[in-house]
Amino acid sequence: MTEQNQTKTNRLVVRLATAAIAMFGFGFALVPLYDVFCDITGLNGKNFSQGPADVASVDRSRTVKVQFVTVNPADMPWEFKPTLRSMRVYPGEDQTTTFYAKNSTAEWMVAQAVPSVTPSEAAPYLHKVNCFCFDRQPLDAGTDTEMPLLFVVDPELPEHISTITLSYALYDLTDDQKVTQLTLDNDKGRTSL
Amino acid sequence: MATVDVDLPHVKDEDPHHHGPAKGLGRWLYTTNHKDIGSMYLIFSLSMFMIGGIMALIIRAELFQPGLQLVEPNFFNQMTTMHGLIMVFGAVMPAFVGLANWMIPMQIGAPDMALPRMNNWSFWILPFAFLILLSSLFMPGGAPNFGWTFYAPLSTTYAPESVTFFIFGVHIMGASSIMGAINIIATILNMRAPGMTLMKMPLFVWTWLITAFLLIAVMPVLAGVVTMMLMDIHFGTSFFNAAGGGDPVLFQHVFWFFGHPEVYIMILPAFGIISEIIPTFARKRLFGYSSMVYAVASIALLSFVVWAHHMFTVGMPLVGEVFFMFATMLIAVPTGVKVFNWVATMFRGSMTFETPMLFAIAFVVLFTIGGFSGLMLAIAPADFQYHDTYFVVAHFHYVLVPGAIFSIMAATYYWLPKWTGHQLNETMGKLHFWLSFVGVNVTFFPMHFVGLAGMPRRIPDYALQFADFNSMASVGAFIFGFSQLVFIYNVIQNVRAGEKATAQVWDGAQGLEWTIPSPAPYHTFSKPPKVD
Repeated sequence: MTEQNQTKTNRLVVRLATAAIAMFGFGFALVPLYDVFCDITGLNGKNFSQGPADVASVDRSRTVKVQFVTVNPADMPWEFKPTLRSMRVYPGEDQTTTFYAKNSTAEWMVAQAVPSVTPSEAAPYLHKVNCFCFDRQPLDAGTDTEMPLLFVVDPELPEHISTITLSYALYDLTDDQKVTQLTLDNDKGRTSL
Repeated sequence: MATVDVDLPHVKDEDPHHHGPAKGLGRWLYTTNHKDIGSMYLIFSLSMFMIGGIMALIIRAELFQPGLQLVEPNFFNQMTTMHGLIMVFGAVMPAFVGLANWMIPMQIGAPDMALPRMNNWSFWILPFAFLILLSSLFMPGGAPNFGWTFYAPLSTTYAPESVTFFIFGVHIMGASSIMGAINIIATILNMRAPGMTLMKMPLFVWTWLITAFLLIAVMPVLAGVVTMMLMDIHFGTSFFNAAGGGDPVLFQHVFWFFGHPEVYIMILPAFGIISEIIPTFARKRLFGYSSMVYAVASIALLSFVVWAHHMFTVGMPLVGEVFFMFATMLIAVPTGVKVFNWVATMFRGSMTFETPMLFAIAFVVLFTIGGFSGLMLAIAPADFQYHDTYFVVAHFHYVLVPGAIFSIMAATYYWLPKWTGHQLNETMGKLHFWLSFVGVNVTFFPMHFVGLAGMPRRIPDYALQFADFNSMASVGAFIFGFSQLVFIYNVIQNVRAGEKATAQVWDGAQGLEWTIPSPAPYHTFSKPPKVD
């Protein structure tokens, strides 16, 4: 290879290697991009609003059925269920319901529920004013609790949606919690995610 | 047609630096010669093909009858996983890199690859990657058992301990592929003989150039996704762990962002090979050369915007399903252009049916069947029925076995006389072809039927009504598997002895590689040839 060709090759190789490294970074950039994309489009049923809802008036011309579903991952021994399976609500009206959780093991445990809304189109219209899923829930061995959920269905919910399903998966965070406790010496169960 | 001129100046050993290969094992360890490295890649690929093939036969033996006969379900899952990983990363990809090493410098009139030392390295890390991967079979808990697509959380929360070895293996083979791709791009862009413009390059070179760009774009994403797994497993992150705010569906998106271009990485060089072989044996120029180049380029570009058709059932919104459905169907257009061009090349050609041509024609027919079942899978509403059934297995085996693998065999038979200097044994070649052709179809065609009837993939046992088609598929698999011994016999015989091959080898063959004597000397094109 001539010298000139060699420099040309070196430059090309540097550029291609940079491209490869950039693509490695892009792989990681897909993670926040994915969240942003889901937030903007409301895909994935994750972008519900939290905190006080800014709802003008109650729409009494129609009702929406809100269903509650709970899921325990395979390694989660708690009893976890909604007190009501479903509610019929007016859009714009404040609603309260509770979920029941029981730590049936002989160990102190911490759990947190992760919500998801179906259809995902409805997710931005389900305002959670207060939700047990905002915080970690500690429970002593054998104890149980009722966990509150305050929510409002936005009156601007598209007309064709008549049923919203709110699903919670309850995850065991006991190990995480122990680690956090050791490192941060935090108040038990009040460490928010 | 190119005339044979064995007195071309560039084939003479005039330069005192140009010597033959070194002796002994050192030749292979330290070599920077593109032909040596190409041969090593091909031999490596063939041995991985055999190992992956044995795993396939274990799978088919278990599935010969309903019920559990031979292996434990967990071991069965290890077999499906390892079979997929080894065939994709160990057999098909290294075979194409090996062919690229051998043929690209000879086809563009270059003395060697642009980065010969890196070339040595990118080969020699590969056996270690697969040693690491295969060693996991002997570890407590067994080898990876989560499928070659290693979906989280199966591959993170529920994975066997050996998953870390799998991750490092993938890292190493990814590094090898990226280095190989950089080398190929540098060679093609900087080392062409004077007068070899881009649009005069043989199609095998063109398809590999585009494939190499795909590799650089997506292999790092694969490295990224396994790194995220590693961090989730060992460093407490939650990329894919919903309990920590992550999302398992994210895994599928990142994986298939790599995975879909990956399937084109495994087929584009095959398109190049077929575009070399069909004109030779039809004794006509390739029909629509430039449309072939543009078709390959557009397939490569489209491959980045179709990934979610692998995951129609994850609960995507309608807009997403429709977009990915139509984007996927769009790929049928450039692919159709290629198939029609091959047929048009054969049309009214004076065709002969030597072994490479038989494999090439079988490629066109059977790859098209695989393409059509792919179109069926692209239809989002229908995919809910086909998803994760044997129909998918039938589809991708039709594009990979009589697609990628047949093209590699066609390429081997086509260029073997150039490598070894011996004419092919046509009788044995045809025997291999017909056994493979029958074996492949008997194996994979019935899978369409059981898939449509609802048999799920990756299971060691199945409902009774699928028994007949499954035993048929198993018989076909054993025919196909054992007929590859004929292939190995053919290659070994050809290396050892045979009728002396001319430089031209095939009388319709065009291109620079046919101007150098057979076997190709250790150093070729030390002085660049003139291309007009």
